[in-house]
Amino acid sequence: MSNLDDLYREIILDHYRSPRNRGELPSPPAIRSEGFNPLCGDELVICVEVQDGVLTNIKISGQGCSISQASSSLMSTVVKGKTLEQIDETINTFKQLMTVHESTLQHGDEPAKIDLRALGELAALQGVVNFPVRIKCATLAWNTLRQALDEA
Amino acid sequence: MMSRMVRGLPLTYLDTSATSLPPRPVIEAMSRYYELRHSNVHRGVYLTAEESTAVYEGARKDVGTFINAPNGVNEVVFTKNATESFNLLAKSWGAANLKPGDAVVLSVMEHHANIVPWFQLRDQIGIEIRFIPVGDDYRLDLNSLDELLDGAKLLSVTGMSNVLGTINPIKQLAQAAHDHGALMAIDAAQTIAHSPVDVGDLGVDFLAFSAHKMLGPTGIGVLWAREEILANMPPFLGGGGMIADVRLDGFTPTSGPARFEAGTPPIAEAAGLSAAVRYLSNLGMANVAQYEHDLTLDALTRLHETFHGQVRVIGPNSVTDRGGVISLDVEGVHAHDIAQVLDEFGVCVRPGHHCAKPLMRRFGLSATARASFGPYSLTQDTDVLLEALAHAIKLFG
Repeated sequence: MSNLDDLYREIILDHYRSPRNRGELPSPPAIRSEGFNPLCGDELVICVEVQDGVLTNIKISGQGCSISQASSSLMSTVVKGKTLEQIDETINTFKQLMTVHESTLQHGDEPAKIDLRALGELAALQGVVNFPVRIKCATLAWNTLRQALDEA
Repeated sequence: MMSRMVRGLPLTYLDTSATSLPPRPVIEAMSRYYELRHSNVHRGVYLTAEESTAVYEGARKDVGTFINAPNGVNEVVFTKNATESFNLLAKSWGAANLKPGDAVVLSVMEHHANIVPWFQLRDQIGIEIRFIPVGDDYRLDLNSLDELLDGAKLLSVTGMSNVLGTINPIKQLAQAAHDHGALMAIDAAQTIAHSPVDVGDLGVDFLAFSAHKMLGPTGIGVLWAREEILANMPPFLGGGGMIADVRLDGFTPTSGPARFEAGTPPIAEAAGLSAAVRYLSNLGMANVAQYEHDLTLDALTRLHETFHGQVRVIGPNSVTDRGGVISLDVEGVHAHDIAQVLDEFGVCVRPGHHCAKPLMRRFGLSATARASFGPYSLTQDTDVLLEALAHAIKLFG
């Protein structure tokens, strides 16, 4: 079951069981954005507050599989308190991580392209790329966040 | 495919509701067609063209016999799949016969294929869509059937829910529809390969199904309609094959099922469908129904004994009027994760909303993991399913 262990790492299971920053914020003033993954029926609502170019608060609600829930929970801990520029960079890096194919990872040249340290705990999601169907689960929160920030 | 190994494990295929595995005679019939007879139908006068036409029209005859169509080949229209059959029904019969304010009655447990074409027609001509509710026992709640059918022109309901496994009382519904002057359509996609289907006995007016869910190939489906109704339905798609004449000022459509079959049809697929129908007839549909009934009873009993309340079956617990579709909801584990862990055991189940979102909403679910049986399923498949489920629960517990 090594494949599964790679997908369902302890950090992911932890964030799935106890998701961080759960809930909603009154909107307005918060910006509210909804995301859907028609494949598995995942539904996500992200509420963010932005002040002076900084994301000051984020709450996430909805339902979904362990990967989409853990990804959104991890994301919320990483982006809270960051500037919009920093978040934009993290979104790009994360989405890049989700496009790196298994074969590339095995060649060991991925650190040159992606700074895994910059991703911190988010790097735990890198096992998802080996399960192509699940990539949409992992990126749902990030696409929904970008949608919200585009309105900011 | 059933001899295939997945990650060193034998394949445990439990997704027959999505698509079934074709037996060798079906695959061979399609190969033989391409190797020996491939030509276009209804055109050439040469030998292989005649054989090709015989293959295609022979399939129509076989299907008519299989569902006991009173006027056989005159009532069997080949489509792409059951979804296209419903689109044909709505866009041809519906558009020609329904007026603003007319009602079409569906049920909450319908597949999107028997919902969306009617919504499209509503948006076009302003018909009313009503839904028979589903009770907490996962069965149709028929208490308000008479009010729902008041002023209705069509009742269109699935023979068996592709999520719950509930088998609906089609005969009773057809009777009620006719009492109110409405026609009756049945979505037989989930019943056609799992129990005897006799259109005369059911008393329905339309019946739709796909070949690939009955051990046949993808790419071909059927709309059966009573001859006198079919004769008055306008063409659906336009093109070659569906015309009697084309002039510079217009066209005259041909008659019979061909009127709805524009363009070169799926001929090899028709050969496969014929073989599937003969294969199922040889098994005997009553035998298939009994066999799958026993498999379902065994699976439901063992799921209950092994997991008690931890694994909830979204569907009737009794096997009366219930087919081999078992939707599972596991406390604390999302269906997608269940399916992922099961895949590691070589078990194929389907996570998601199963193209029945109104039904999922009715029960407050976003997804279930669905296992479904076919005539080739074995009790050993349930053994592997239970073992893999136990692993999934342990992993996420």
